[in-house]
Amino acid sequence: MIAYEQNITRGKKPTFGARRYERNLVEETQKEVSDETVWMLAVRDKRDKAAFANLFDHFAPRLKGFIMKTGMPGEQAEEIVQDVMLTVWRKAAQFDPHRAQVSAWIYQITRNRQIDVIRKNNRPLPEELIEPPSLECDISQMLALDQEGQHLRQALAQLSDDQRLAVEKAYLGELTHQEISEQTGLPLGTIKSRIRLGLERLRLELKGLR
Amino acid sequence: MTKINHHIPDSMLAAYAAGTLPQPFAIVVASHISMCAHCRGSYEAHQAVGGVVLDGTEIAKISGDLKSSILTQLDEPFTPAAVYDRSGIYPGPVVKTLKGNEPRWKTLGMGVRQDILSADSEGSLRLLYIPAGQAVPEHSHSGLELTLILQGSFSDHTGQFGIGDVEIGDPDLEHTPIADPGDPCICLAATDAPLRFKSLVPRLFQPLFRI
Repeated sequence: MIAYEQNITRGKKPTFGARRYERNLVEETQKEVSDETVWMLAVRDKRDKAAFANLFDHFAPRLKGFIMKTGMPGEQAEEIVQDVMLTVWRKAAQFDPHRAQVSAWIYQITRNRQIDVIRKNNRPLPEELIEPPSLECDISQMLALDQEGQHLRQALAQLSDDQRLAVEKAYLGELTHQEISEQTGLPLGTIKSRIRLGLERLRLELKGLR
Repeated sequence: MTKINHHIPDSMLAAYAAGTLPQPFAIVVASHISMCAHCRGSYEAHQAVGGVVLDGTEIAKISGDLKSSILTQLDEPFTPAAVYDRSGIYPGPVVKTLKGNEPRWKTLGMGVRQDILSADSEGSLRLLYIPAGQAVPEHSHSGLELTLILQGSFSDHTGQFGIGDVEIGDPDLEHTPIADPGDPCICLAATDAPLRFKSLVPRLFQPLFRI
């Protein structure tokens, strides 16, 4: 696992209090936050190519499998994997571990790219909220989000085969919104509240978010 | 800032994340998320589910040279795509659709104006400008209609809709929205089918104005 002390303060001169906070964070981080998040933060804050290679090893085979499930042949799927992984590197500043697990962030990049390729038009995206560099990491928020990810995983595993297949189809982009509305959904209430806390954290800093 | 009370339904946010909404609706949803932290949270929750699905996907073997090819590209210069920020009352996705220009309003009579941003087999997207106190002709919908308020507000028998609110019209909804007193009401409206008007006169004009 890679420590990522620097991004805790992200360019800000640490004060005494921040430094003490930082040390606690690194210890906690190494203990608990998922490998993927640690790699992604190393890519974001230190442009760490070894961490990027780890992300590639983890995600590229899954991405290829995921893309091929939507009916795309292997060779074309690898082109998308390449586009997605390069976007992960180039848009790393947009990754906010207080609002998203790495898999969630990469999922959206992948769907955006697939749609742009299939439809040949630019997919409309919301305005980006980028975490201000002055904002300190909130490890408890990151850990709680990881935990919500675990809960989601368990909830998905507990669905009947039919329901799980329907969820997979929905997120692979094979169902219309009418079809999705007829499905019994996953319990998303708690993860929504958690992500909103992550947004709330930015709201104090950002103008224009309403 | 007034509170947003009328949101995008979950099924639509899931479809938006997965990329299956028709383009005009996707632009309305992207615009609403730009204005609404509540729906941004829900949208990101759907990304989380997508992430869990992605993480659980059976892996496929990657060709030997893909990784090294990507690693050598990391240092290559690249030009980021243009980012369209909010401009005045218009959220980023609308500014992008307008290509950074001001709307080109066309008069529809009675002070009502519109700018058709797109109209094709997927449906239509337009900006509407309705002076205070003015009614949008009574209409029902053969498909689905999403209306996002960007300025002012309007009311119909289902309630009041202010800045950031989204009204969802379906074939069951027959309504006569009336712009409230105050600023002219400007909204972004998307349909997946042409609107139907009840009285004869607007129907005659329909092909002409494509509303």
